[in-house]
Amino acid sequence: MKDALGLYLHFPFCVKKCAYCDFLSAPAEEGVRRAYAKAMIAEIQAAGRRLAEEAPETRVDTVFLGGGTPSVMPADTLFSVFEALKQNFSIEEDAEITMEVNPGTLGEEMLSFIKARVNRVSVGLQGTHEEELRILGRIHSYEDFLSSFEALRMAGVRNLSVDLMSALPGQTEKMWEEDLIRVISQSPEHISAYSLIIEEGTPFYEAYARGAFSGRYALPDEETERRMYYRTKEILESSAYERYEISNYARAGFASRHNLRYWERRDYLGFGIGAASLFRHVRWNNTRDLKEYLSGDYARRGEERLSRKAEMEEFMFLGLRKAAGVSFSEFESCFGAAMTTVYGKILERHLEEGLLARKGERVFLTERGFDLANSVMAAYLFD
Amino acid sequence: MDQSKIRNFCIIAHIDHGKSTLADRIIQMTGLLTEREMQDQVLDNMDLERERGITIKAQTVRTIYKADDGEEYTFNLIDTPGHVDFNYEVSRSLAACDGAVLVVDATQGVEAQTLGNVYLALDHDLEVVPVINKVDLPSADPERVADEIENVIGIEAMEAPRVSAKTGENVRAVLEEIVNKLPAPDGDPDLPLKALIFDSLYDSYRGVIVFCRVMDGVMKRGTKVKMVATGAVFEVVEVGFMGPGRLIPCEELRAGDVGYMTASIKEIRLSRVGDTITDADRPCAEALPGYKEPQPMVYCGIYPADSARYPDLRDALEKLQLNDAALQYEPENSTALGFGFRCGFLGLLHLDVITQRLEREYDLDLVTTAPSVIYKIHKTDGTVIDLTNPSNLPEPSEIEYMEEPMVRAEVMVTTEYIGSIMTLCQERRGVYEGTNYIEANRAVLTYKLPLNEIIYDFFDALKSRSRGYASFDYEPIGYERSELVKLDILVNHEAVDALSFIVYAPSAYERGSKMCEKLKKEIPRQLFDIPIQAAIGSKIIARETVRQMRKDVLAKCYGGDISRKRKLLEKQKEGKKKMRQIGNVEVPKDAFLNVLKLGEE
Repeated sequence: MKDALGLYLHFPFCVKKCAYCDFLSAPAEEGVRRAYAKAMIAEIQAAGRRLAEEAPETRVDTVFLGGGTPSVMPADTLFSVFEALKQNFSIEEDAEITMEVNPGTLGEEMLSFIKARVNRVSVGLQGTHEEELRILGRIHSYEDFLSSFEALRMAGVRNLSVDLMSALPGQTEKMWEEDLIRVISQSPEHISAYSLIIEEGTPFYEAYARGAFSGRYALPDEETERRMYYRTKEILESSAYERYEISNYARAGFASRHNLRYWERRDYLGFGIGAASLFRHVRWNNTRDLKEYLSGDYARRGEERLSRKAEMEEFMFLGLRKAAGVSFSEFESCFGAAMTTVYGKILERHLEEGLLARKGERVFLTERGFDLANSVMAAYLFD
Repeated sequence: MDQSKIRNFCIIAHIDHGKSTLADRIIQMTGLLTEREMQDQVLDNMDLERERGITIKAQTVRTIYKADDGEEYTFNLIDTPGHVDFNYEVSRSLAACDGAVLVVDATQGVEAQTLGNVYLALDHDLEVVPVINKVDLPSADPERVADEIENVIGIEAMEAPRVSAKTGENVRAVLEEIVNKLPAPDGDPDLPLKALIFDSLYDSYRGVIVFCRVMDGVMKRGTKVKMVATGAVFEVVEVGFMGPGRLIPCEELRAGDVGYMTASIKEIRLSRVGDTITDADRPCAEALPGYKEPQPMVYCGIYPADSARYPDLRDALEKLQLNDAALQYEPENSTALGFGFRCGFLGLLHLDVITQRLEREYDLDLVTTAPSVIYKIHKTDGTVIDLTNPSNLPEPSEIEYMEEPMVRAEVMVTTEYIGSIMTLCQERRGVYEGTNYIEANRAVLTYKLPLNEIIYDFFDALKSRSRGYASFDYEPIGYERSELVKLDILVNHEAVDALSFIVYAPSAYERGSKMCEKLKKEIPRQLFDIPIQAAIGSKIIARETVRQMRKDVLAKCYGGDISRKRKLLEKQKEGKKKMRQIGNVEVPKDAFLNVLKLGEE
C-alpha cells in the first residue's frame, strides 16, 4: 500500500488564460495539443520502462489529469494516453482516476472518454455569480456549469468535485454564502474552497499593483476573508462535508486520494511540462519549456535526494495541512526518532499558544492555527 | 627661495561656483618645478617615489608660475574644506594663507557661503581678490555681480577678472592678480621655528604626513620638532612640497614656505590641525593663536547590524581615527542593539562620511541611533554634565535645569521665498534676529536656532522650500537654557533604549506620535497585539498598536509542487532571522534605522 504510486498528467492548455492563474498553461492550436499528447505518450513509455527495471511490481492507485484544462485536449488523444498508461503501468482496479474539467468544454466525445476511463471529475467553477466569473476571466457562465455538471452525472460519474474561490475583488460575504449554497444544492461529493492568492506575473497582480482593486472591486479585508473562511466550514459541515485539509471538504469516503498522497508524501510520477515527481525519496521536475518537451526532452530537472531532515520538515508542513494533522507513531516509524525529541520545543510552544491541539497520538492545527498556518509550518523548518 | 616670490593663498567660493575648476585650471597653466629644481634633478627623487608605488593626492598644491614680469613665482594653493562642519579646519587653512581668491558665479552672484567665507578670510587679515567666473554662460551678468560684490561684501570688484574656468578664458589674468595683488609672506627665517599645521593625513608607509605653513625659522631633515599643544616630540625624517598629485622632497622648508613633513608619527592625534610645530631645542616664544581641540558637535550610537561583527567595527573605528582626529568614540551597550560605540562628530556631514566609510571600506552593516547634540545638564547638586547619550540622563529629581547648544544661522534667499524660510525657521524654534537686503530681490535672514533643530534635515527642508535657491551658513554661539525632556519609546511595554531621545518639551507629543506611527509600520504583525508607546518618564503621551496577525495561510492547491511550498516557508523563516528580539516581540533589524531616518514629510 505504502509503495503504490500516483500518476499526475499535466495538460498545459486552456481556452483562455484566467486573470488570476499562475499555473503553467496557455491556449494552443490543436496541432500543438496533439503533438503534446504524442510527446506525453513517449514520456510515459520511457518512464514505464525505467520503473520496470528499478521497481517492478509497483502498482498505481491514483491518476490525476490536471492543468490547465485537460478537457480541451482532443478526446481521442486522451484515449491514446490512457492506452499508454495501461501498457506501461499496473493500474489497480479501484484506482482513483481524476480529471479536471472546465464548464463549457465538455463535448460528446469528451463525455464518452470520461465515461470510459475516469471515475472522479473536478469541475473548475470558481464562482456562481456572473460578476465573479467575469472578473476572474472565466470563459463560462453558471448555467454552463449546471449543464456540464448534469452531463457528468448522466455520464455516470459518481465522484464529483467543484472548485470555488473566495476573497475575490468585489465579493461580499453574502455572495460567497450564495456560491456555497448553490453548489451544495448540486450535491457534489467534494468541494475545494480556495482563497484567491494574487500571484506576481498575473494580470491580477498588475491590476492590484496599479490599485484597480478598490471601491466596488475592493478585496475583502482580512477580517472579512477570515469570516468567509469560518462560514465556509460552518455551512459545508452542516451539509455533511467534512474539512479534511485547509481548503478541501468531502462527504464521508470522498476525500481526494491523489491530493492526500501529496500531503502524506507518498510517491508520484508527473508527466508533461513542469510536472513534479517524488519517487523513493528523490524529487525532480520536468522541463517547463514546451518546445523542449515536444522535442523529446524528458530529462529530470533539479533532481534531489531528500535528506532525512528535509523529509522531517515536509512530514510536518505537509501533514499539518490536513485537519487530522500528523501522527507521532507515523513520524517515529518513518524516521526512527520521536517527534517530541526532534520538535519538542516548538510543539510545546505551539500547543501553549493554542495554534496546535493534541488528541491521542496526533497533533493538528486549531482554528487559530489554520488562520496562521504558514507561520506554524515555517517553524518546522530547521535552521 | 626669496619670500617675495611666494604667494600663499586659497580659493573661496560658494558651492558650485567653480572653485575646483579654477584650481584645476591654475594647476594646468603653471609648472611643477622651478628651473633650479630641474637642474637639481628633483625628478630623480620623484621617480623613486613612483617606484615605491606611493602617490599621494594632496589637495593643497605648489605650482610654479612664470609671470609677465619675467620672474618665477611659487604659488601655494591651499585647499579649504567646503562645509560648515569643518569651519575650524577652514579657519586653520585660511591662517596658513596670506591672501584669497574669491570666486563668484556670474550667473548666481553672492551666496550665503560666499559671505561666510569672505568674512572668515577678512577675519584672518587676508587680502581678497575677486574673480567673476562662468562668463561663458548665456545668463552671465558680470556687471551686476561686480556691483553686488562691492555693495554686499564691500571689496573693489569693478576690475575683477571676468573668466571662464571651464574654457580657460582669461584665467591668466587671475594668475597676474595673484602675483600683483596678493601679499608675499614676511616671516623671519632666523627666528626659532614656528609652523602651523593645517592638514595631515595618515600614510601606512611613513606615518602621518603633516601639511604646514612655516611662519618663522627653518625645518629640515633631522630637526627635532615639538608639537606645542600635544607636547609630542619627533625627529623630522623628510620635508618637501606638494606637487600636483605627488610629494616632492626638498632640503628644507623656510619661513614663508608651505610644505609637508614626516617624522614617523604613528597617530594623527599627535599632530593636530591648528597646532604649532616648533624646534624642541629652540622653541618659539609663543604658539600660533587659534588652536582648538577638535570638538564634536553631534553624537550618535553606531552598532553593527550583526552583533558578531562588533570587533570588526572596533578595529575599523581605530583605523579611521588614525586619519581623523575629530572622530571620537567609546564603547556602549544597548539592550536593543547590543554592543556598539557612542561616536562624536563635527557635524552631520562628518557623521555621514564616517558611516559611509565604515560601510564601504570595512564592509560593515550598521545601525545608527538618532544623532544628538551635547546637552548640558545642571544638576541639583551644582555639578554640570555633558550629556551625549540620552540614556544617561539623570533622574528628573536630580536635574535643576538643562541647556542646549545654539547657533546663529544666516540664510540667503530670494525675496519670494522669505516667507516660507521664515516659517521653516519658526518651526525649528528659530529666534528672528534680522533681515538684511543685499539687493532688491535678495536678503540674508539671521536666526538664532537650537543646533538640535538643524542637525537632522534642516538643509534638505531649506532646499525643498526654496526650490534650491536658499543657501545657509551657521556658527555656534554657546548654550541656552531650554525646556527639554527625554522621550522614551516602549515596545510591548519595554523601553527601547536606542530610540530614546531628548526633545524640546512642547514638541514631545508630535515627535512621540510620529515615532510611534513610523515604528508601527516597521513592526510586522505577530501572534499578539503589540502596544507601541511614547513616554516621558512614566507618562504615556502617544500610543499605537500593532494588531495581532489575523491570517497567514495559503488556501491554494499547488499539487505536487512541494518545492514551491517549501520556498515560500523558507522565505518566511528567513524573514524571521532578520528579526531582533525585543522582549518577546520580533522587530526587523532595519526597523530602528528606518524610524530614525527623519525626513521632511
